[in-house]
Amino acid sequence: MADRRLLETWVSGTEEPDAMPTDEGAQEMGVQESGYRFREQLGAVVTDDYLYEEEVSEDERMIINMGPQHPSTHGVLRLQLELEGEMIKRCRPVIGYLHTGMEKTAETLTYMQGPTNVTRMDYLAPLHNELVYSLATEQLLEVEVPPRAAAIRVLMTELNRVSSHLVALATNGMDIGAISMMMYGFRERELILAFFEKTTGLRMNHNYIRPGGVAADLPPGWRKDVKQILKTIPKRLVQYDDLLKENPIWLARTQGVGVITAEECRAYSITGPILRATGVDWDLRKVFPYSGIGQYEFDVPVGAHGDVYDRYRVRVEEIIQSLRIIEQVADMMPSGDFRVSDRKVTPPPRARIDESMEALIHHFKIFTEGFRAPPGETYAAIESPRGELGCYLVSDGGGKPWRCHIRAPSFYNLQALPVMLAESMVADTIATIASLDPVMGDVDR
Amino acid sequence: MARRSQPGNLVTTTIDWAARWAQTQSMWPATFGLACCAIEMMATGTAHHDLARFGMEVFRASPRQADLMIVAGRVSQKMAPVLRQVYDQMPEPKWVISMGACASTGGMFNNYALVQGVDQVVPVDMYVPGCPPGPQSLMHGILTLQRQIMSGEKVTV
Ligand code: SF4
Repeated sequence: MADRRLLETWVSGTEEPDAMPTDEGAQEMGVQESGYRFREQLGAVVTDDYLYEEEVSEDERMIINMGPQHPSTHGVLRLQLELEGEMIKRCRPVIGYLHTGMEKTAETLTYMQGPTNVTRMDYLAPLHNELVYSLATEQLLEVEVPPRAAAIRVLMTELNRVSSHLVALATNGMDIGAISMMMYGFRERELILAFFEKTTGLRMNHNYIRPGGVAADLPPGWRKDVKQILKTIPKRLVQYDDLLKENPIWLARTQGVGVITAEECRAYSITGPILRATGVDWDLRKVFPYSGIGQYEFDVPVGAHGDVYDRYRVRVEEIIQSLRIIEQVADMMPSGDFRVSDRKVTPPPRARIDESMEALIHHFKIFTEGFRAPPGETYAAIESPRGELGCYLVSDGGGKPWRCHIRAPSFYNLQALPVMLAESMVADTIATIASLDPVMGDVDR
Repeated sequence: MARRSQPGNLVTTTIDWAARWAQTQSMWPATFGLACCAIEMMATGTAHHDLARFGMEVFRASPRQADLMIVAGRVSQKMAPVLRQVYDQMPEPKWVISMGACASTGGMFNNYALVQGVDQVVPVDMYVPGCPPGPQSLMHGILTLQRQIMSGEKVTV
């Protein structure tokens, strides 16, 4: 009943809804001011002649709105497109439909609770978010994680990269009409998610990598699961190649579409597969190795043309390279502790709590007020499936970050959309957005 | 419940039953993916979990062709009017599932940006808990809703 009442007040508008009205109107794309008709409407020109021969093309310009509730915008992206017939003349992305205020929320959570929050930003690569937050916190605290923790982190993030790229391939396929690819991508992703669920307890949003190490050791029998993944996915990748690599429809829809050059990428600070598809071998795993990833052998696949097809190829190759890393990590997994032994940062093991009063106090302190970080600021960056993912933390000496800013790769990559779409066909919009692989949670936070 | 105790004759009750049966067995959801939960909603629809077993794999892009809205994810203040408009565009009878902690209560984000529960904007028929709810949870929510419609508990307009 209460629902009904709320609904009626909402519809009749007798009471202001709680939500503040947005200033959507301010964002509307106006017709270009040079338009003769526009000036006439404004009263700047007076005419009684209704023949406008030269301005026919002006009349053919049409502004259409795409999204935010559009199945192919990968979430809640809104685009305003100015069309001339089938050609896109201007494009304006409007974001903010998923703004969650997470950076603000991060200021109210302790460093220990922080990963719970950041993991929900880029929800296709949750472990990468946790890792970058943990690395930044550890830089503030100046602690080193033990080698086993670092190796587990690399193992998990690389598996996450595979699952994220699989979703990228799946949605890219679906948007262009290759629905089978959608089914395949999600099917293989389940394999990895099953392993994640076993290790972290959740399929997504794990809160597994925490400052000072990881939350739990790998489960018994993890080697077998990883071997299974390593065996299955390459076989399935061959299937995808059979399906798409030389498929004439796929080639026609992707080659030469959504082109961006290396210079433009630099100008817009675009990273990740989009940059690498233009031929630049910039990968933070190679340039600024983190978590001991430098000791493993892998290549950085690059494209040449910077179009949708090359991005698709780069992602497929990256899956293969990630599998290479995973294999090496699994073989070389060091033994030892999976978190630092500093009792100020990590909670004591369960057995110790029964024996020692000190341990109990530490445990209580960590989970109630957390640990204090020395004042200062820091920036850590890693290579997420979408590009450079950075975390900037400012500490004022308290138990919570004073400011937490995330450099979200999707946000930067999305800036390139107007460049990629200018003078292209309207049907290519979908293919281009899908190839950017934006995660709106990452864009808006 | 009230409906069942009403006296009815053979024809109207049978037609009622048939209509409800038809409504439950081909519920078409509108795609309303917002955040993390949307990925789980997509996973529910694809091969491994296969929502098609319950006659509702046809995710409609247009709200005018859908009768179930699965609000999957967090609803920001900016998104709420859009959500309401999409709901209004859906033809009757229509149902709403609020998927996940964020859509149901605002979840862990009690701040300026989020609508604290989508039931402030649209009437919700079923809440699916979890962050994110696994595909099994979502399917359980859907099946429960189907059962309630079938038994006449959810009176459709
Ligand atoms: S309930 Fe959890 S998984 Fe769902 S949208 Fe909210 S944070 Fe994401």
